[in-house]
Amino acid sequence: MSHACGCHRTDGQKLHHIKEAIERFKHMRGALIPVLHEVQDTYGYLPEDVLHLVSEELDVPMTDIYGVASFYSFFSLEPKGEHIIRVCMGTACYIKGAQSLLDRLSTELQVKTGETTADGKFTLEATRCLGACGLAPVLTVGEDVHGRLMQGDIPKLIKTYAGPAKEGDRA
Amino acid sequence: MKTAEQLQQIRKTAFERLAARAARPDDFGLKEARRSVMVCGGTGCTSGDSKSIVDALDRALAENGLQERVEVVRTGCFGLCELGPVIIVYPEGVFYNHVKTADVPEIVESHLKNGKVVTRLIYKESLDEKGLKPLNQVDFFRKQQRVALRNCGLIDPTDIDEYLAADGYKALEKVVNSMTPHEVVETVKKSGLRGRGGGGFPTGLKWELTAKPQADQKYVICNADEGDPGAFMDRSVLEGDPHSVLEAMAVCGYAVGATQGYIYVRAEYPIAVERLYTAIVKARDYGLLGKNLFGSGFDFDVEVRLGAGAFVCGEETALMNSIEGKRGMPRPKPPFPANEGLWGKPTVINNVETLANIPPIILNGAEWYASIGTERSKGTKVFALGGKVVNTGLVEVPMGTTLREVIFEIGGGIPNGKKFKAVQTGGPSGGCLTEEHLDQPIDYDTLTALGSMMGSGGMIVMDESNCMVDVARFYLDFTRDESCGKCTPCRVGTKRLLEILEKITEGKGTMEDLDELERLSIQIKNTSLCGLGQTAPNPVLSTLRYFRDEYVAHVRDKTCTAGVCRSMLTFSIIEDLCRGCSLCARRCPANAISGQLKQPYTIDQNACIKCGLCLESCKFNAIVKA
Repeated sequence: MSHACGCHRTDGQKLHHIKEAIERFKHMRGALIPVLHEVQDTYGYLPEDVLHLVSEELDVPMTDIYGVASFYSFFSLEPKGEHIIRVCMGTACYIKGAQSLLDRLSTELQVKTGETTADGKFTLEATRCLGACGLAPVLTVGEDVHGRLMQGDIPKLIKTYAGPAKEGDRA
Repeated sequence: MKTAEQLQQIRKTAFERLAARAARPDDFGLKEARRSVMVCGGTGCTSGDSKSIVDALDRALAENGLQERVEVVRTGCFGLCELGPVIIVYPEGVFYNHVKTADVPEIVESHLKNGKVVTRLIYKESLDEKGLKPLNQVDFFRKQQRVALRNCGLIDPTDIDEYLAADGYKALEKVVNSMTPHEVVETVKKSGLRGRGGGGFPTGLKWELTAKPQADQKYVICNADEGDPGAFMDRSVLEGDPHSVLEAMAVCGYAVGATQGYIYVRAEYPIAVERLYTAIVKARDYGLLGKNLFGSGFDFDVEVRLGAGAFVCGEETALMNSIEGKRGMPRPKPPFPANEGLWGKPTVINNVETLANIPPIILNGAEWYASIGTERSKGTKVFALGGKVVNTGLVEVPMGTTLREVIFEIGGGIPNGKKFKAVQTGGPSGGCLTEEHLDQPIDYDTLTALGSMMGSGGMIVMDESNCMVDVARFYLDFTRDESCGKCTPCRVGTKRLLEILEKITEGKGTMEDLDELERLSIQIKNTSLCGLGQTAPNPVLSTLRYFRDEYVAHVRDKTCTAGVCRSMLTFSIIEDLCRGCSLCARRCPANAISGQLKQPYTIDQNACIKCGLCLESCKFNAIVKA
């Protein structure tokens, strides 16, 4: 599966990409959030050393960056699992049983919502409405959307993604 | 940069394509017609893999040598998300639903090549004894009136030429060349348009207030941070007709004296974001954004800013803080954005759907728009219909349409023979309405008087298997989570409300808790800083008002009649119906079910975690919950 995130890049390439992004946004007002989006997309989270670079280049104190990064749910200060499972908790999904999907995932993966499995394979998240209400209840694994699920479908779903990670299969 | 003559020519060429899509079956001999295949490219259908369908269509058309006679267009949302992926074939207007990639060769071979419609894939509502009904006669579409969604599903949103052919950018041309800013403001005022994001503030008045102050710079912001769970109207407009929003922002800029616009859109809407970027590049390329628009000397450009997952950023002042690169926390008002908005400059902030109404108002006149709707709520409203309803999807109806018409006539009623219980409007800021309200007209004031609100347009239908106490708990869990923490009533109050609701759903509530819920709710409403806190208690208050008996049943009788609140449930096996197949025992994650093969099984109530998996797995209906 092809995707936009930069997880397949080497560390050098990632840093180069961030430096370019900073150059691009530097002179724009309110550049911090667009730059943090680039860092999140590139690394899958906000590594502290990269934030120091952002702080220096944009001339924004680390305290302000921490304030912003911790405010928005899109940004994470911790690394995430290889596959991020997001269960939609919008109203349409909720009243069609999204909670039971989340509970089952939590039991099967032995993690709480927001946590990553010990082997680093999966991060389980509850997400705001994905707007695919016609497919309720919906969850996404990486960029794949799975709709009209029942909790009995969960073990099979996990198995599909749990296999040894292949090149280009990461989400 | 295109000249007026070039634009005229582009409109003319693209119009021929559009005209073919609207034609009726009788006008064409089926076999020879040039056909258009419209594939829904909204989020719902894309999740159902509509993109592979487009690829498969292109391949099959090439194999059959039909590329010249059939065009494939990936459009915005048709509205009937429940039936996705959806394809409409013009000129016949054949509506295919639940299409799979594997069905494509048959559609191409039979229908597009030989003119024989593939009956098994047709949406069954569009067939009657006389054959194929025109789409506007199908129940789902019959009562709808599309103004904001006028182009969704009809044009290719990535092709600016098609938008131009659908009268696109004519409103902008008209205002900059033949109207004064004051006249534009007056037109919008007279139309009666009110903000579609939830507040319902008169749009023209907002523009007038922003036009007044003198400033070296003013801004227009499009609020596309659609955060209400179960609402996807704005996303569909951006996905299906992005240029209408850009055009409206430029019109607004001209009216208030702003030269820069921002669209603040949720990062969770990748398709919408991509189409916006494409649209902006194309509009600049054609000279419809940028400097000296239509040679009038008026400059206007638009930038996209992505949200980062904070519901409170839908609040206008929080949104501005977020664009400025700060934590998205609301500011006290006054000063209002019209005087001190983004970076302290006068700012208009309008919702996506509000803006999508602007071009038709300019072109057709304020009187036309004001003739639709009710006394104090003019025009149409888009609703995202979801939950326990047959036709989940997107509908646009004139204000004043009744809830019953939307839910039962357009929405097709409640599936699986269940009974209607409630409809929730306005998302976490709104409330639940009941059977007795079904004949009430939908407009801002009626819904508010009933204890709910219009909100941005989410409409979630619930049936008898939904517990209203649990629904209130669900919304409070959401608002508690999304409260930014700036003001105490919202930060602490929503948490306390949630704790009481959890206590009740766990069967530990007291009758005093119900009074406490009410008292606390009113306090939070009266003292919170922004709209989030001021409306957060609405789901509690409205369910207390209309479903008090359910609260009492939870508290006094420790029962949840809907069978949702787990601590009050017991699962048991009916001996006579159990065949002893052992499926439930094997599925039970808690090993709480035991027995011997071919003998009735039993559930150990102490070990049971009440997950309901046994009930889901039993093929003989031998398991009941009570």
